[in-house]
Amino acid sequence: MKRVLPGFGLSLGFTLVYLSLLILLPLSGLVFKASTLSFEQFWSIATGERALAAYRVTFGASLLAALINAFFGLVVAWVLVRYPFPGKRFVDSLVDLPFALPTSVAGITLATLYAGNGWIGRHLEPLGLKVAFTPLGIVVALTFISLPFVVRTLQPVIEDIEPEIEEAAASLGASRFQTFFRVLLPGIFPALLTGFTLAFSRAIGEYGSVIFIAGNMPLISEITPLLIISKLEQYDVVGATALACVMLAISFVLLLAVNALQWWSANRHQSRRTGA
Amino acid sequence: MSSYVARKANAEPRWVRLSLTGIGLGFLFFFLALPLVAVFAEAFSGGWGAYLEALQHPEALSAIALTVLIAVVVLPFNIAFGVAAAWAIARFDFRGKSLLITLIDLPFAVSPVVVGLVSLLIFGAQGVFGPWLAAHGIKIVFALPGMILVTLFITFPFVARELIPLMQAQGRDEEEAAVSLGASGWQMFFRVTLPNIKWGLLYGVILANARAMGEFGAVSVVSGHIRGETNTLPLYVEIIYNEYNAIGAFGAASVLALLALVTLVAKTLVEWRMRQETEMLEAGLPPEKTS
Amino acid sequence: MSRLLRQLFLSVVAAGAVAVSPAFAQASLLNVSYDVARDFYKDYNPLFQKHWKAKSGESVELKQSHAGSSKQVRAVADGLEADVVTMNQASDVDFLVEKGLVAKDYAKKFPTNASPYTSTMVFIVRKGNPKGLKDWSDLAKPGVQVILPHPKNTGNGRYSYLAAWGYALKQPGGSDKTAQEFVGKLLKNAPLFASGGRDATTTFMQRKIGDVLVSFESEAELIAKEFGKGGFDVVYPSLSILTEFPVAIVEKTVDKKGTRKQAQAYLEYLWSKDGQENAAQNYLRPRDAEVLKKYAAQFPAIKTFSVDEVFGGWSKAFPAHFKDGGTFDQIYLAK
Repeated sequence: MKRVLPGFGLSLGFTLVYLSLLILLPLSGLVFKASTLSFEQFWSIATGERALAAYRVTFGASLLAALINAFFGLVVAWVLVRYPFPGKRFVDSLVDLPFALPTSVAGITLATLYAGNGWIGRHLEPLGLKVAFTPLGIVVALTFISLPFVVRTLQPVIEDIEPEIEEAAASLGASRFQTFFRVLLPGIFPALLTGFTLAFSRAIGEYGSVIFIAGNMPLISEITPLLIISKLEQYDVVGATALACVMLAISFVLLLAVNALQWWSANRHQSRRTGA
Repeated sequence: MSSYVARKANAEPRWVRLSLTGIGLGFLFFFLALPLVAVFAEAFSGGWGAYLEALQHPEALSAIALTVLIAVVVLPFNIAFGVAAAWAIARFDFRGKSLLITLIDLPFAVSPVVVGLVSLLIFGAQGVFGPWLAAHGIKIVFALPGMILVTLFITFPFVARELIPLMQAQGRDEEEAAVSLGASGWQMFFRVTLPNIKWGLLYGVILANARAMGEFGAVSVVSGHIRGETNTLPLYVEIIYNEYNAIGAFGAASVLALLALVTLVAKTLVEWRMRQETEMLEAGLPPEKTS
Repeated sequence: MSRLLRQLFLSVVAAGAVAVSPAFAQASLLNVSYDVARDFYKDYNPLFQKHWKAKSGESVELKQSHAGSSKQVRAVADGLEADVVTMNQASDVDFLVEKGLVAKDYAKKFPTNASPYTSTMVFIVRKGNPKGLKDWSDLAKPGVQVILPHPKNTGNGRYSYLAAWGYALKQPGGSDKTAQEFVGKLLKNAPLFASGGRDATTTFMQRKIGDVLVSFESEAELIAKEFGKGGFDVVYPSLSILTEFPVAIVEKTVDKKGTRKQAQAYLEYLWSKDGQENAAQNYLRPRDAEVLKKYAAQFPAIKTFSVDEVFGGWSKAFPAHFKDGGTFDQIYLAK
C-alpha cells in the first residue's frame, strides 16, 4: 500500500528544481549581500528604534488584516457557494479585483474613500474613528490587497463537500450548527488556515498601497518595506538587504509554524475520519 | 451548485442564510465594490470620450500589450509547477513537507521591492552575473526577461497553494482506484485528477493572472520605465498619475480591473462545457456520481 | 474596436522585437529622467530632432524613461543604458559620479551648473488664504496643518525640508540648533507624510486635508490643470530654496554606443532660445535672462538660496540631514 500512485519522483524533482532556481537562488543572493555586514552593523540596523516600531506595525496590521479576512472570507466563500442571490456571478468575479488593481491605485482610492471627506470616512469621522493616515488605514489597505486569498482557497473546498456527510449528520440528529462546527469546519479548516497564511504573508510584504494611506509617520505608521525603500533612497543597498533578511527570517519562522500546525491538524482530521 | 439549495437537510434556517448573505455582501460592498466604483468614477470623470481617448494613447496600448504578453508567458510555467508541487505534496508522504510548503509560501512574504532588488543583485551591472551578461550582450534586467523573471517569482505560489488544500481534502482514493484498474499515469491524471481539481486550478490561474497583470513594485525596479517599451500597465498608471493625468491613470487602472473580470468569462465557459459534457454522458451512459 | 486590436497586436510584436534586437538602426538616445519632467521633454524632443536634422542631416530617435529620481539613477548604475540623465537633485547625479558612470566635473561641462532651468518651493494655500500664511515662520505656528511629501524619502520632500532649514538659518541669531528646532516645530504640524509630490497634492486638494501644501512652483500649474484654478492661491515666502535640475552625459553608455556627439548636442540645446522658451512654457524658470524677462509675469521675483551656498552642496546636505541618524531622524527619535 506504499505509493500506489505514480509520479512522485517526477513531480517532486521538478518542484525542487524549479523552487531552487526561481526562489532559493535569488533569496540566497539576498542573504549573501547582507552577510557583507559585520554582525554588529547588522544588529544595529535590525534592531534600530525605527526598525522595531516598523516590525510591530507591519506584523500587527498584517495579523489583524488576515484575521478580518479569515472571518469574512469564510462567510463570503460559504455564501458564494451555497446561497443563490441575484448578481451572484458578478459578485463572485469581483473577488479577484484586489490583485489586478495596481497596488498604488488601490492605495490612492482607499485613502480617498476613508479620508475625512471621503464616501466612507465622512461617516466614520463623526464617530471619532480616523482611518486614513493612521495605523488603522494600514489595516484597511492590507485587508483589501489580501482579500481574495481566503475566499478563493475555501471556495473549491466547500464546493467539494459531499452532501451525504451533512445528510448523515442531520439524520443522526445533529443540529445545523453542530453539523457545521463538528463536521464541516474540521474539513475546511486546513484550507481556511492556508488562506489565512497566504493573506498574512502577502500583507507583510505589501508596500505600494500602504504608503498612500498610512501617513508614514516615523515610529507610528511606518511599515518595514518603507524603511527598506528609505535605505535604498540613501543608496544603502546593503542596509536594505539587512532589513529584508530580518523580514524574511521572521516570515519564514511564522509560516513554518502555521504550516506545521496545519499538517498536524490535517493529520488529526484524517486519522479521525478513518478511525471513526 | 444550485443542487445544494434543493436539499432540505443541508439548508440553514432562512434567517441564518439571510444574515450570512448580508454580512458577506456587506463586507464585499465596503471593501470591494466601493473602491471599484471610485476607480471607475474617477476614470469617467471626464466623460466617455476622454476615457476612450486616454486608452488609445500609443503608450497605453503598448503598456496593455506588454502586460498581457508577460502574463501569457508566466502562467504556463507556474501552472506546470503548481500541479507538480501539489501532486507531490498532497499525494505522498515525505519528510520536510511543511518546510517545502513554507518555501513555496515565502515569495508572498517577500516585499515586491525586495524581489526587484534581488534581481538587480544577481543580474544587474553591479550584480553577480552582470559583467558576464554585459560582455555577452545579454540583457535581462531593464528588458523583458527581467520583468518576466520577477513576475514568475511574485506569482509563484498561487496555483500550488490553491491546489494543495483542495487535493488534500479530496484524498487519494479515486486516483488509487484508477491506477489499480490499470490506468496509466497520464490517463489517471487527465481522466481523474484534472476533472477533480479544475475549479481549484482555475482559481489559481485567475489569481496568478490578476496578480501578474497588477504587479507594480517588483516590475518597477527592473523595468527601466522606457516609454512605449518597458512600461507595463501598472507602471504606466503610476507615471501618468504623477503627471497629473488622473483620468488616464484611473482609466488604465479600470482596464486592469476589467482584465481581472475574465473570471466571469472563464468560469462561465467552463461551466457551460461541463454542462454539455454531462448532458452527453447522461444521454449515453448511466450518470456518474458527481462530487 | 478592430483598429484597437490591431494596434494591440502590433505593439505585442514590437515589444517582442525590442526584447530580441539590441541593435539600433539609427542613432538613438535614452534620456533617463525624473517623474514630472515628461511634459517638458515631450515638447523638447521634437524641437531637438528638428534642430539636429537641420544641423547634421541626421535623424535621431529619442526615448524617455521617467520615474522617481533616485530610483532612476540606481537603475542606471545597475545597467539601464541611459545616454543622458536629467534629474531634479544633484545628489542623484553625484551617485553616478561615485559609480564612475558620469564625469566628476559634470557640473562644469554645461553652463549654469549644468542645470538648464530652476524652480523653487512655494506654498499652495486654500482660496483667500484663510489662515493668513505668509512665510515659513507661519507654517511652524501651532494649529496650522502642513502637507508635504516624505522629507527623507522623496526629492521634493527634501527640498521642502532644506528650504525651511535655510530660512531658519538666515533669521537673526540663526544657527543649526535653532534651525533644527524650527524644522522640528514645522514637522510637528504635518499630520502625515505623503508618498510623493502628486500624493501630497491629492491629499491637500481632493481630500481637503491641511492648510498649506509645500510644492514646486512649477507644480502649481499642474495642480491648476487637474483641479482648476479656483480652489487655491499660491503664496511666495520671503525666502526659499533654489531647486536645480542637473543634466549629465553617461560616459560609459555614450562610449559604448558611440552617441557622444548626439548626447552632447541634445543637452547643449537645452540652453538654446528654443530650449529655454520650452522651459518657461512648462513653468520652469529659464536661465536665459531675456527669456526670463519675456515670461516675467509668470515668475514673481523671489529671494532664493542654493543648496551649494547654504549647505555646501548635496554631498554634505544629504548625509547631514537625510541619512539614517541625520537631523530628520534626530527630530523624531530624540523625544
